[in-house]
Amino acid sequence: MNDVQLWTYVLVALTFGLYIGIAIWSRAGSTKDFYVAGGGVSPLANGMATAADWMSAASFISMAGIIAFAGYDGSVYLMGWTGGYVLLALLLAPYLRKFGKFTVPDFIGDRYYSKTARIVAVICALLVSFTYVAGQMRGVGLVFSRFLEVDINTGVVIGMVIVLFYAVLGGMKGITYTQVAQYCVLIFAFMVPAIFISIQMTGNPIPQLGMGSTLNDGSGTYLLDKLNGLSTELGFAEYTSGTKSTIDVLAITLALMVGTAGLPHVIVRFFTVKRVKDARKSAGLALLLIAILYTTAPAVAVFARTNMINTVSNQDYTSMPDWFTKWEKTKLIRFTDKNGDGKIQYVADASKNELVVDRDIMVLANPEIANLPAWVIALVAAGGLAAALSTAAGLLLVISASVSHDLIKKVFVPTITEKGELWAARIAATGAVVVAGYFGINPPGFVAAVVALAFGLAAASFFPAIVLGIFYKKMNKEGAVAGMVVGISLMLFYMLKFKFGIFDGGKEAVPGLAKDWWFGISPEGFGTVAMMVNFTVSIVVMRFTSAPPQNVQEIVEDIRIPSGAGKASGH
Amino acid sequence: MSDKQKKATAYWKENVRYLFLLLFIWFAVSYGAGILFKDALNNIKIGGFQLGFWFAQQGAIYVFVLLIFIYVRLMNRLDKKYGYDE
Repeated sequence: MNDVQLWTYVLVALTFGLYIGIAIWSRAGSTKDFYVAGGGVSPLANGMATAADWMSAASFISMAGIIAFAGYDGSVYLMGWTGGYVLLALLLAPYLRKFGKFTVPDFIGDRYYSKTARIVAVICALLVSFTYVAGQMRGVGLVFSRFLEVDINTGVVIGMVIVLFYAVLGGMKGITYTQVAQYCVLIFAFMVPAIFISIQMTGNPIPQLGMGSTLNDGSGTYLLDKLNGLSTELGFAEYTSGTKSTIDVLAITLALMVGTAGLPHVIVRFFTVKRVKDARKSAGLALLLIAILYTTAPAVAVFARTNMINTVSNQDYTSMPDWFTKWEKTKLIRFTDKNGDGKIQYVADASKNELVVDRDIMVLANPEIANLPAWVIALVAAGGLAAALSTAAGLLLVISASVSHDLIKKVFVPTITEKGELWAARIAATGAVVVAGYFGINPPGFVAAVVALAFGLAAASFFPAIVLGIFYKKMNKEGAVAGMVVGISLMLFYMLKFKFGIFDGGKEAVPGLAKDWWFGISPEGFGTVAMMVNFTVSIVVMRFTSAPPQNVQEIVEDIRIPSGAGKASGH
Repeated sequence: MSDKQKKATAYWKENVRYLFLLLFIWFAVSYGAGILFKDALNNIKIGGFQLGFWFAQQGAIYVFVLLIFIYVRLMNRLDKKYGYDE
């Protein structure tokens, strides 16, 4: 066993032990504990938990890699996944906290006085959360298989057992406090290598500034200028310019922002604090803690891209360092010597390019590429696991609450006892872990595509229904249900047509369909259009149907006033 | 309309005014500086950063964080003014 592996075992065992310890300490005794952690979480703890909940394997492992290859175009993720918190803090969180129930379908069902609305909301919540959680389990498997050299499926199973343990035992209470620990682990694991590499390349210990500094090699060239030069030399677009059309960049950014604000596992976190003012503050803290990673990621992207080009471009294949061959074994790096000169040609032109690098490995491989010490490399593995597990747990809770609370308690068996509901919640969580694990082991080929779909779906369904429910007193159930159904159907249709190509002969047809995109907007950005359609349909239908009953209008007046929130209740 | 309702309506109006102001800034730094006007702003360089690129990958995020904390302060003051704080 080498140093890296030994360190990885030690760090992973330590952090897992910590999570399990916290889970035992914070067991859930009531449904209130299980759904909203008893409603007494401090704003800082909730901010940390929200940050860990939000930053998934995608944020930790994939995002910097995507930016490294997309350059300016990667900005859509940076702005989209942070700007949504402004919407969440200003338009949703305080009012939903004042409303004071357990789940998002709770709000939709009560505000729109309708079982249909509730059930539509439950279906959306389940669809969004299941697609997301499968991706997290895959992330767990990836980290395990690369760093501990176990089979990827064994990795998924280990991850399942851990999540099962603390999500089922502790519910929201256990999840909240493990997420606090997981935030600390993941942010430390992300920052340490970033700082090391920033010092190495630019002499500046703050990556956010290092990215805009001059190189350490005495040339006096700015790092970004150097990278722009290297990129154009190899035939790629300038790193700081990007290739997507402006309208598409606008649409994707807005869809991600609105989708973020509409994701049930994020919204539900704001039910756990004591007062309305705590909900506002904790949204601010959450974004601050998220911003630490999100402003570092673009710096990591620039460092990694530059380092990678410098290491491989036009070098002898036989002189490649250790990490290159290790990642080759996982098939995430592939080299074919097309012109037979024994050197690596890494260029934009596909017919001459000899090297394919999977975007997902950039963050994991970065410390190795920069020759950092073994413990730093191991730390990244522990951080990736923390990011994936914390998000998976948050999603599982939404799934279990949707089943036990929104379906069993509110629709099918209203007479169920509190104890019965708690058991139902635990069983539902177990079922959800098993299903998620199954998809982690047998990933449908379209996991990544479906995760993008989750944002579009949330943007097209929840966001307009909730915002109208708070800001438009006269919005009625006919309007909201029609808006959600039309919005979500349109989004599904567009994704099926342009992302999966099912109306035009399958996956192979997809690239050729891009020219038919409506308004030149890609499926990733179409959530913006579907959201606007939802708003329009809701308002038009409302005009032709009867106003909501007086008591519902009074609920709306009440949630606009912050005082007297009390604790979250199920009644 | 009762006094209680009048107070609630006035509070809500001020709240919505804040929202418009803050969301205007939110839009300006991301969609404005980071996307629509990025090419023009890229002609300005601060250190190694082209300004439009900086807004898209750094600046907008800093402003987002600030916006929420400004909102928290404004609303806490507003709650006090109307006696809704607790």
